[in-house]
Amino acid sequence: MLIEMRGIEKVYKLGSERVNALRGIDLDVSEGEYVALTGPSGSGKSTLMHLIGCLDSPTAGRYLLAGSDVSSMSDAALARVRNRQIGFVFQTFNLLPRATALHNVEIPLIYGGFGTRERRRRATAALERVGLADRMKHQPNQMSGGQRQRVAVARALVTDPSILLADEPTGNLDTATGNSILELFAQLHASGQTIVLVTHEADVAAHARRHIVLRDGKIESDDANKKESAG
Amino acid sequence: MLILEIIRVAFGALLANKGRAFLTMLGIIIGVGAVIAMMAIGAGAQKAVQDRIASMGVNQLRVFADRTTIRGVTRYRSLTTDDAQALRNEMTLATAVVPDMGGQYQVKYGNKNNSVRITGTTPEYFSLRSYQLAAGRFFTNGDMSASQRVAVLGSVAAENLGIGPQDVGSTVRIGGMIFDVIGIMESKGSQGGWDNPDENIFIPITTAQYRLMGNDRINGVTVQVVAQEWMLAAQGEMERILRRERQLRPEQQNDFRFFNQQELATTFAESTKIFGLLLASIAAVSLIVGGIGIMNIMLVSVTERTREIGIRKALGARRSIILLQFLLESITLCVLGGAIGMGLGYWVAKMMASSGGWEVIVTPQSLLLAVGFSVGVGLFFGIYPASRAAKLDPIEALRYE
Repeated sequence: MLIEMRGIEKVYKLGSERVNALRGIDLDVSEGEYVALTGPSGSGKSTLMHLIGCLDSPTAGRYLLAGSDVSSMSDAALARVRNRQIGFVFQTFNLLPRATALHNVEIPLIYGGFGTRERRRRATAALERVGLADRMKHQPNQMSGGQRQRVAVARALVTDPSILLADEPTGNLDTATGNSILELFAQLHASGQTIVLVTHEADVAAHARRHIVLRDGKIESDDANKKESAG
Repeated sequence: MLILEIIRVAFGALLANKGRAFLTMLGIIIGVGAVIAMMAIGAGAQKAVQDRIASMGVNQLRVFADRTTIRGVTRYRSLTTDDAQALRNEMTLATAVVPDMGGQYQVKYGNKNNSVRITGTTPEYFSLRSYQLAAGRFFTNGDMSASQRVAVLGSVAAENLGIGPQDVGSTVRIGGMIFDVIGIMESKGSQGGWDNPDENIFIPITTAQYRLMGNDRINGVTVQVVAQEWMLAAQGEMERILRRERQLRPEQQNDFRFFNQQELATTFAESTKIFGLLLASIAAVSLIVGGIGIMNIMLVSVTERTREIGIRKALGARRSIILLQFLLESITLCVLGGAIGMGLGYWVAKMMASSGGWEVIVTPQSLLLAVGFSVGVGLFFGIYPASRAAKLDPIEALRYE
């Protein structure tokens, strides 16, 4: 099991008020799954994504990522997990504006401690994989939105992460470009990449093979559970 | 690898805001520039003074009368020619005992009438102070024993009276008395606080005592000691002779005081210390102000790049890497400012020195100090913004617009 969550809770303090963002999440995701996480705003899907991505730690519960318990890891250890296991794709691309596409893709490898040559080789391969072999020396402002998101996907893939974690990856793109990104995701899924996609758009979620709907900090429905209970 | 990336990012950030970076550095530039300039000027001035002290000879001792206070009454009793004579007769550690006496007199030559300082002394005085002649001769022991009315003029005194080398042999009136001009000295320059010999007129001490001034009160006695290691012993010898000669009872304090080159050097070192303190406070203030400027701009930089920090954290940058990155940026600012400041300081020192007519000495220590201070300021004022950046919550940072 790649992701194994048991009784995950997350409580925020907003001033004097306590917000229960997640109230007991049990979630298992196997390798190679393509999961869509949906739900209305305030349902806790962003919080859950942050926890899956090790950007945050749960208030209570256990989270095993690829067999190791990340729910109580130190800040530095979490940084290492993010670097090795998680590939983020954001709605707003989040590329570094003054760096070329190639350099942007190299950044996780730099923090991973790879040498110059290996870095160059891997980053080039990742950019070729997303179809941007001819855009390596371009800076983000010289590229279209779709190209930028492809650079972001290449950056997410370059360390061979266990999970590709995408947060509304098509949210800032027109439909056609968005579909091309989703097509790219489908290809990655076909080649065995685990993908967790967070979205509030039903037609985007439809591309995934498994659908989890959150509401008020709890899992409202999960295709996989239905299958399990049915079977 | 990682450190190269960190350096690359730091320089990239500075290059992206060149104007802002320069303005931020200005405080450090001025601070370091001031330090370098003042240290260079200070070192140059110090060397100039030390050269002069060295030229006067270290194995000389001077004694002069001092105030004493007995039961609340302050008393001042001049040294006399008899005191000097006693020293001359009895000292075993002296190669020369040279008294001098002086006063301000009206000196007339042609239609010029100036008030000039007249110094009565012995012929050894000139060699003791290594004075050189521009024309004529110094007075001799023969002149002295005969109380001849002969005068040797300092270069400025001669110039003020309109006396040139060709006028040696003519006469001047000093205090209404006619003197032969037998020599004119070369310019010597001020001797670090003592009266300038160039503005003096020198006459035999006997002439001064018996003919011009009519008293036996002398300013002091300069003694040439056989060797530098005998200075203290010579001083003891002089003290013993003078106490007896001046009939001081054992419980009475000395009513005279010694002054040697060493003491002058000490005095100078003290004033240098004060100068150094002044310098240090100027440097401290400007570096603190500059450092606050750096801290301010680094905080702005952290805020501006909140999102970038979030991205880097999401991609696996540890806190320490973010910390190092911003710290390096502020240190780079400071060191760059320090380097420009050094150049500026050196240039200012050169300009000031060329107008002041002395040497500029930029010591390696001052450069090291400047670099050290720059790095220190960068570290000290960079640590707060950098730790703020490092502690940013990645989720908050990624959301930051």
